Amino acid sequence: MISSLNRDRVIAFLMLLPSIVLVAIFVYGFIGWTGWTSLTNSNALQQLSGQPAQFVGLQNYTELFAGMLNNRFRIDIVNTVFFTILFIALCLSLGMGLAMLLDQQVKGESIFRTIFLFPMALSFVVTGVVWKWLFNPSSGLNVLPTFIGLQPFRFEWFISEQRWLEFNWQDLPQILAIILLGVVVLAALIAWSRKRSQLAALLAAGAILLIALISFEVPRQLNALSRPETHGFNLALFAVVVAAGWQMSGYTMAMYLAGLRGIPEELREAARVDGATELGVYRHVVLPMLAPITLSAMIILGHISLKIFDLVYTLGGGDNLWIDMPGINMFFTTFRAQEFARGAAIAMIMLIMVAVVIVPYLATQLRSEVER
Amino acid sequence: MKAPRLISLILVLALAFGLVSGASAQDVSGDLEIFSWWTGGGEEAGLNALIERFSELYPEVNVINSAVAGGSGVNARAVLTTRMLGGDPPDTFQVHAGEELNALWVEAGLMEPLNDIYEENGWLDDFPQGLLDLISDDEGNIYVVPVNIHRSNVLWYVPGNLEEWGVTVPADWDEFLNTTCPALQEAGVTPLSVGENWTQAHLWESVALAELGAEGYNGLWNGETNWASPEVVGVFETFGQILDCTNEDRNALTWQDASQMVAEGRAAFNVMGDWAAGYFLVDLALEPGEGFAWAPSPGTEGVFMMLSDTFGLPKNAPNPEAVRAWLSFLGTPEAQDIFNPLKGSLPANTSANIDDPELYNAYFQEAYEDWTTNVIVGSQAHGAVAPQAFTNGFANIIATFAADRDAASASASAAELALQTGVGR
Repeated sequence: MISSLNRDRVIAFLMLLPSIVLVAIFVYGFIGWTGWTSLTNSNALQQLSGQPAQFVGLQNYTELFAGMLNNRFRIDIVNTVFFTILFIALCLSLGMGLAMLLDQQVKGESIFRTIFLFPMALSFVVTGVVWKWLFNPSSGLNVLPTFIGLQPFRFEWFISEQRWLEFNWQDLPQILAIILLGVVVLAALIAWSRKRSQLAALLAAGAILLIALISFEVPRQLNALSRPETHGFNLALFAVVVAAGWQMSGYTMAMYLAGLRGIPEELREAARVDGATELGVYRHVVLPMLAPITLSAMIILGHISLKIFDLVYTLGGGDNLWIDMPGINMFFTTFRAQEFARGAAIAMIMLIMVAVVIVPYLATQLRSEVER
Repeated sequence: MKAPRLISLILVLALAFGLVSGASAQDVSGDLEIFSWWTGGGEEAGLNALIERFSELYPEVNVINSAVAGGSGVNARAVLTTRMLGGDPPDTFQVHAGEELNALWVEAGLMEPLNDIYEENGWLDDFPQGLLDLISDDEGNIYVVPVNIHRSNVLWYVPGNLEEWGVTVPADWDEFLNTTCPALQEAGVTPLSVGENWTQAHLWESVALAELGAEGYNGLWNGETNWASPEVVGVFETFGQILDCTNEDRNALTWQDASQMVAEGRAAFNVMGDWAAGYFLVDLALEPGEGFAWAPSPGTEGVFMMLSDTFGLPKNAPNPEAVRAWLSFLGTPEAQDIFNPLKGSLPANTSANIDDPELYNAYFQEAYEDWTTNVIVGSQAHGAVAPQAFTNGFANIIATFAADRDAASASASAAELALQTGVGR
């Protein structure tokens, strides 16, 4: 008995070995190599002439965050944050809305489902080109109102130079500290309302410490940029959000629809018997049960938006900083400027951003699987 | 008596054999992989015509055209760099004459000198010295064979439209900003059309050339003009005022779109390289001189800002014999006259048949006159005077400046960029 178990294990291990080796080399090995490259001064000339790359520590990273010439990278980071938030919000709300409508036992549901899912079958490149035409300020969507005798829209979509929520990059540590303060205060209030006074006191102490730090301008001294640099939410990003949302909300709808179908009818019936209105059924029964779906959708949409390249490249043509994303900057830095180390540093930062989203999710998934 | 006769016979035979092998080269065979980013329009037609003629001359050589499309060469250069790093060079590849060649491929010692080809064919006298300087190192080794010449500082317009709007071709940017631009704006016409980021950088170099003069402009690249100087700040200021006279949707347009605005009468002027002549002629079917006309960009009369496509022989090329045959063919007047009328560019070889109006239209006749008489400077936006890293960083500076219009900051950034990328050393 025992020997056969051992044999099974050996066979299982041997079966897994090729993929373990391949993944170890081609995924983790190359991540490690990229990480190493990002700590050197590697570039095309040095590589081509066969000289060894020199170790420069974190210089590439400090250049990206504080270097005079790398404002493009900082624009990218700000753009990514705003784009990710809006894109996920649009896809989730649109996806859920469509799913709920389709859940009303409408006629021809499968036709609608196919129509809504269809954009997902396209490549982002196609989406980018099509929406580039649609968004053309002088001939696209903007002239639609003129068909019914109205004035054309004036918004310039992906080439708009308008900007909301402007802030100075030098103030970023201060801003982040204030946001953190808000989170801590909120957490303290929640802890207090749940009668966990010890935790509340601890959080309150943290909040007071943060207030002190902010008022003594400690975060401001963390500023490493030598001159003011204005960033903000570029309205041109709306164009990317609409195009990407158009493509991905059908997918979110499919996920939600599957989730809705998974909710047993008995539960809804029970709620209705208890006197819940149709709205109440959704609010208190359906939505809470869809929470895991929302989390999965956020993870999937989040990693798409953080890594987005092709859509923005075809939509904006590459050097449109109003909608620029780190992926494009990485491509240009690596292959147009041929500064491999700087490009690798951007790649590592993108990896970290995605990891922040993915790793906690994977960890909880793994834990729940082990528990099962 | 017999011995000398025999010797002379052997000599004659050897000479004859040598000539045969030199001329039709039956011994050249195998694959020849030609790497370029010529994948569309006249460029592709020109390359294909070259390959066709080459295959007639060397039937034993199997030509592989591995062109990479897109990104005006960015994608191709990415592939090329990867292949060179991986030890898998193509037999020959396209590269812009100047720093794009020198700062990377020559600097890394990856190119074979081609002086013997030049000497064999007598090209040292046929190619202009200014061009040869751009493609050779300090020791006089020449590394590539140029196929064509383009001019960067050209102003395009439609003569009939200008008459209608009551404006003339501005002699300098002062006149453009103070007279031409307001008049055209009054008439509801875009004074100057421009497209996406790189076309703005292209416009910038023409403005810089006008404001700094040929010597000052060259100084940017050899270190004699300080990038942070008030003169360069002035260039950015003028450039900003010029941008105010351009179309607002520039970031949505390609260079073709911008040129088309002029042809369709929606804009008065456009600064673009002379590949626009091919676009006006072939794609839009306009008559040179009537449907479209040209002048040196304002303030650059007498200066020819050039760029040139070239091919070279990388070390470790799989089939160097075939490459030498290809390059020996590429520089001949015959090859230059096959390629350039199709691509819409000037021949680099001065013994090419430029006077033939069947081959070269009125624009090229005139441009060639300028090419041989003007002061020659190299284009920044197209790799002649600055390395890739500078061009990439400069794209950011132009985009940032177009948004914030901070001339002092743009000039300071450019100075820092020049320092970091070794421009002017």
